[in-house]
Amino acid sequence: MPRLNFEGRDYALETGESVLECLERHGVALTSSCRSGVCHSCLIRVLEGAPPPAAQKGVKETLRAQGYYLACCCRPDADLKAERGAAQQRYRAIIESVHPLNATVARLRLTETNGFTYFPGQFLNLVHASGQVRSYSIASVPREDAWLELHVGLLPGGCISTWVHHEAAAGESVEFLGPQGNCFYVPGRSEQPLLLLGTGTGLAPLYGILRDALGQGHTGPIHLFHGSVRRDGLYLVEALRALEAEWPQFHYHPCVLEGPAEEDIAVGAIDQLALERVPSLKGFRVFLCGHPDLVRQMQRKTFLAGASLSDIYADAFLPAAAAASTPS
Amino acid sequence: MSLFEELGGEAAVDAAVDVFYRHVLADERIAHWFEDVDMERQASKQKAFMTMAFGGPHHYTGLDMRKGHTHLVARGLNDLHFDAVVENLVTSLNELEVAPDKVAQVVALVETLRDDVLSRTPAPATEA
Repeated sequence: MPRLNFEGRDYALETGESVLECLERHGVALTSSCRSGVCHSCLIRVLEGAPPPAAQKGVKETLRAQGYYLACCCRPDADLKAERGAAQQRYRAIIESVHPLNATVARLRLTETNGFTYFPGQFLNLVHASGQVRSYSIASVPREDAWLELHVGLLPGGCISTWVHHEAAAGESVEFLGPQGNCFYVPGRSEQPLLLLGTGTGLAPLYGILRDALGQGHTGPIHLFHGSVRRDGLYLVEALRALEAEWPQFHYHPCVLEGPAEEDIAVGAIDQLALERVPSLKGFRVFLCGHPDLVRQMQRKTFLAGASLSDIYADAFLPAAAAASTPS
Repeated sequence: MSLFEELGGEAAVDAAVDVFYRHVLADERIAHWFEDVDMERQASKQKAFMTMAFGGPHHYTGLDMRKGHTHLVARGLNDLHFDAVVENLVTSLNELEVAPDKVAQVVALVETLRDDVLSRTPAPATEA
């Protein structure tokens, strides 16, 4: 009889029993609702073992890639080790460098990350010496970069961003928790067109996702729209132009809200500019990062423009207070 | 064969969800009810709804339907909105070329939810 190890305790599965049923029989409370693989309330993360594929039916690709299965549909025929959600782990790393990308965004690179694994586009929670925690998206690609890269926007009165911009120095040790988030590239359907759209440091996850997709052989067209209020808010412009020159399938669209018009930089609202240049999103995979209002609005607009609900990935940068208390 | 199987099962649900929800969001009579909702959570909710409408496996009860909509009824959710949702569902199924008798069965199934969604006591059988 297969055994289930759930969060450190062993349970015997009866023949044909689902993980959800087994846990309930043993008095372990797991959130569930439809019990038929539709509502996805009972997602568990499998750490060891190979559950039947039926237990991942309809589960979003990025969750599959992280080992998530539906407990109600998971009837294992071999031993399994699983846990409730993604438990965040604590890591320590060394600052490799802090480098300005423009007047308000600094690039923070960390090394010696002690076995931290992630997908480019996920985020981590940086812990300041004061105990304050802030979320930052990951711009690096583990396959290509020897460091972990974050883009830190300077916020007035922001405790961690001020520290990164003005005090943090190479060689110092930092602590973080993670990884989190489902906004990342999953290989497969390599000819699918991609739309990447974000404002401000929303470029960080998109930069990671873009280079990850290219590095994994994505051949379909990739449109990256990066928006800012003014020209001086854009960053990595040269690096992105270089990628555009190197990869014919990649199209970089920098956008600013306020002119003056400059060569190759569009002036206007990023959502309008994107939907003008890519009017139909049928068949697209969409990644949206940055200001929560823009992300929410664009989830709706890209869906109405033809993208399938299951192909829209979003990472809304919540304000600090909310972000610190939202571990999901 | 069950209605759910006849309609094409889960694959049919997946195909219908996008079409249906796009119609709903484009319908100004009801779009505002979906203004503040998280699209990712909506995706699975809409799929659950569609599975239920197609007569597929689900474990939602009338009470779940009631609880899930009480706060909306307090804000004015009424029959006109329910009608609009049904209308969009029919339009979607027609677009997907579902046979008219199957569409009628789906509508009949969804109608059984009306009183619970709108937090009403069902009319007694004698008056029906």
